[in-house]
Amino acid sequence: MMSSADNVVADTVSNTMDNEYLVDMRGVHIEGFSDEQWHPIINGVDLQLKRGQVMGLIGESGAGKSTLGLAAMGFARAGCRICGGSIHFDGIDLLSATDAEKRKLWGGRMTYVAQSAAAAFNPAHRLIDQTIESATRAGARSDTSSGGMNLHEDAVELYRALKLPDPENIGQRYPHQVSGGQLQRVMTAMAMSPRPDLIVFDEPTTALDVTTQVGVLAAMREIVDTYNTAAIYITHDLAVVAQMADVIKVLRYGEEVEQAQTREMLSSPKEAYTRSLWSVRSLEKQEAKNDDEILRLENIDAAYGKTKVLHDVSISVPRGKTVAVVGESGSGKSTAARVITGLLPQLGGDVIFNGESLPVALANRSTAQLQKIQMIYQMADTAMNPRHTIEEIIGRPIDFYLGLNKSEREQRVYELLKMIELDETFLDRLPSELSGGQKQRVCIARALAAEPELIICDEVTSALDQIVQEGILKLLLKLQQEFNISYLFITHDIATVKAIADQIVVMFDGKVVEQGMKSEILNPPHPEYTQLLLSSVPEMDPDWLTRLLNEQSDRAEIMNR
Amino acid sequence: MHPVLTTVLKRVGLGVVTLIMVSAIIFSSVSLLPGDFGESVLGQAATEETVAAFRRELGLDEPAIKRYFNWLGAAVKGDFGTSFSGRSASGVDRSRSVASLVGPRLYNTLFLAGITALVAVPLALILGLTAALYRNSFYDRSVNAVTLTTIATPEFFVAYILILLLSSLWPIFPSLANIDASTPLGERLYRITLPALTLTLVIVAHMMRMTRAAIINLLASPYIEMARLKGASRSEIILKHALPNAWAPIATVIAFNLAFLVVGVVVVEVVFVYPGIGQLMVDAVTTRDIPVVQACALIFAATYIILNLIADIIGIVSNPRLLHPR
Repeated sequence: MMSSADNVVADTVSNTMDNEYLVDMRGVHIEGFSDEQWHPIINGVDLQLKRGQVMGLIGESGAGKSTLGLAAMGFARAGCRICGGSIHFDGIDLLSATDAEKRKLWGGRMTYVAQSAAAAFNPAHRLIDQTIESATRAGARSDTSSGGMNLHEDAVELYRALKLPDPENIGQRYPHQVSGGQLQRVMTAMAMSPRPDLIVFDEPTTALDVTTQVGVLAAMREIVDTYNTAAIYITHDLAVVAQMADVIKVLRYGEEVEQAQTREMLSSPKEAYTRSLWSVRSLEKQEAKNDDEILRLENIDAAYGKTKVLHDVSISVPRGKTVAVVGESGSGKSTAARVITGLLPQLGGDVIFNGESLPVALANRSTAQLQKIQMIYQMADTAMNPRHTIEEIIGRPIDFYLGLNKSEREQRVYELLKMIELDETFLDRLPSELSGGQKQRVCIARALAAEPELIICDEVTSALDQIVQEGILKLLLKLQQEFNISYLFITHDIATVKAIADQIVVMFDGKVVEQGMKSEILNPPHPEYTQLLLSSVPEMDPDWLTRLLNEQSDRAEIMNR
Repeated sequence: MHPVLTTVLKRVGLGVVTLIMVSAIIFSSVSLLPGDFGESVLGQAATEETVAAFRRELGLDEPAIKRYFNWLGAAVKGDFGTSFSGRSASGVDRSRSVASLVGPRLYNTLFLAGITALVAVPLALILGLTAALYRNSFYDRSVNAVTLTTIATPEFFVAYILILLLSSLWPIFPSLANIDASTPLGERLYRITLPALTLTLVIVAHMMRMTRAAIINLLASPYIEMARLKGASRSEIILKHALPNAWAPIATVIAFNLAFLVVGVVVVEVVFVYPGIGQLMVDAVTTRDIPVVQACALIFAATYIILNLIADIIGIVSNPRLLHPR
């Protein structure tokens, strides 16, 4: 990739004599408006990108990655302003350019691929119309690479290059009619359609399953290579950026931590912060067995309306241990959790808890039965009443299940806060005043408040940064040791599984593919699906994707998702 | 069958059910009205026998349930019965059918409402869209201020101000909108200018502000940011990217205001002496002319139900998720 990038620089040097860099940002300062005042988001960052080069921007959420990426296009989100420094694109000063001048560049010479394809497509228009919208606006293309083809045919070619199924007709569909992975690829085609000089990829695969991610990553890399497009690739996933980028820049608190060539950055990061980012994935729990069973699902069948989503699912959870349920979205992981909690009555089969069969419907379960099984959700934000204080949130299950008096309750809330490593200053705060990790800790405390024996954790770390994830996982492990709590841990992330699980259940399409001790599942031989799932997990090796694609003789399996 | 068609048919069915329930409510509440038509027509002097005979003649002596189903059955066929008025103690029956009383009045009301809607709806949409386009500009603030003033002013006051300005100080339009069946179209339009203008001023603000709010609400969506980053201009963003997704709330508020034009304009009718259905109903209530009151109430209910049904259907059809299921 680097060699081709160098060639392009040489090729195009004639018409860009005075611009060594396609993107040249120097000393950029950006501020955001909140709580009635301006706060700095980016503090004097430099960013230079050559033609055809791919730069990875990494950092935790709030580091200013997206803001910086958009600023490279001369764009500031509503409530943000670029207040210092200089930004040049191919010699054009973007900070002094008028809106009309920038609009000519946007969707023409520079394009954007957003994080959530589902939200970034207009629900009211067909995919093909959205794909060629900006190229149509830019007018007839001078680029010879598309030859005499019209934009419509060109879009179909891009769909084909991006391995979308039925490329001739998929454009006639509406955004809600295709899957997330397909939509992300259509968005890449949309970004590619005007043959831009620069694409900003803003966490383009974060919302995808690992098995889907591989296909999208491969397609994006191939198309960026083919057309020698320069790209800024924003992500918090190091393994992903290692596959995509020539150069990596690490951001923190709106400042640059360090920048280096990808291989150099991966092998010998200089800064302590970068090394801490690298080390997160090494957390690993020693697996342990326990024959005392706390929960058993026996041949569960369940359906949403007429759509059957669980087929003959049997899962066993040992007391005081963690069972990780893995699988991609739609595999039935969360549905299984809903059956256990009684939110979705099963059609057939039994949920056996502590040796007794739980009533199918929530309404028929006793308070004691409800108390023993608690749940923690992926989105801590939406799982808490935004108008309740932390004390009320944690205190409610205490009132409901334990009925303590006021001072006992106060004492208990305080203890719980201590358990989740927060202090009493949080008591009067509202959820909106907490960070993502703190919110998830409060949700954990709320689950603990009921003094449960089993906690179902539904993707509890998926929405968090890796460093914060590590903190939450360590907390969960500590609590397990202290109180002998059992976890049913739903996740799609294999690194999380390694960190927390004793046993693993692999689900696909509403069925259990295999289950057993962690060591058995993670080591070969694997059933076909487990193999696919495990091999799709990005590794911190820049050659991983290339190697994987070469290995996968049966690529159609992934590409058609 | 296309799922949207199924949904629409379900809504129509629900509309019919609602209408039947409303008819029952109308019938029972009219029955609860104090006073008795027989006594009020025949006067204090009438003997009990006369009143009873009169009631029997009108069918008022039958049980309420039976009367309700008789009335409903006839109403379905378009027969709303015979007005009570025109009868008198003398026994001379000059009464007219409810349909012949209500018909021309309803036509007048729909005519005024239709003309007003033709002006007000496009005006509100244009004002709302341009206000969203030039959000927070002087233009936006002026449009908001003016429409808010007109909606905050009682409609009879707006009407008198208009009469003062446009027919008294500068006599351009007539202050009386008295028309009848023989009035030619041009003359009709001329005469209803002031009531139509009054109603326009009253309803534009609500529709305009809702259009603006619906559009602005969508401007924070990621797909609008995407459209901007694809180089779309402001007007393209509003018209092509936001408006197609905003029809449902806009249609709802338009339906609400159109319904108001049919059922809520009695004050304006009185000010301009316009022979609309609102006045008819008020008169009928005063004289305890139960068949007319019931017919008017049923028409009002049907207006609300039909217009809201149309808004619902627009909401469904403008939603690609429903129109093009997976």
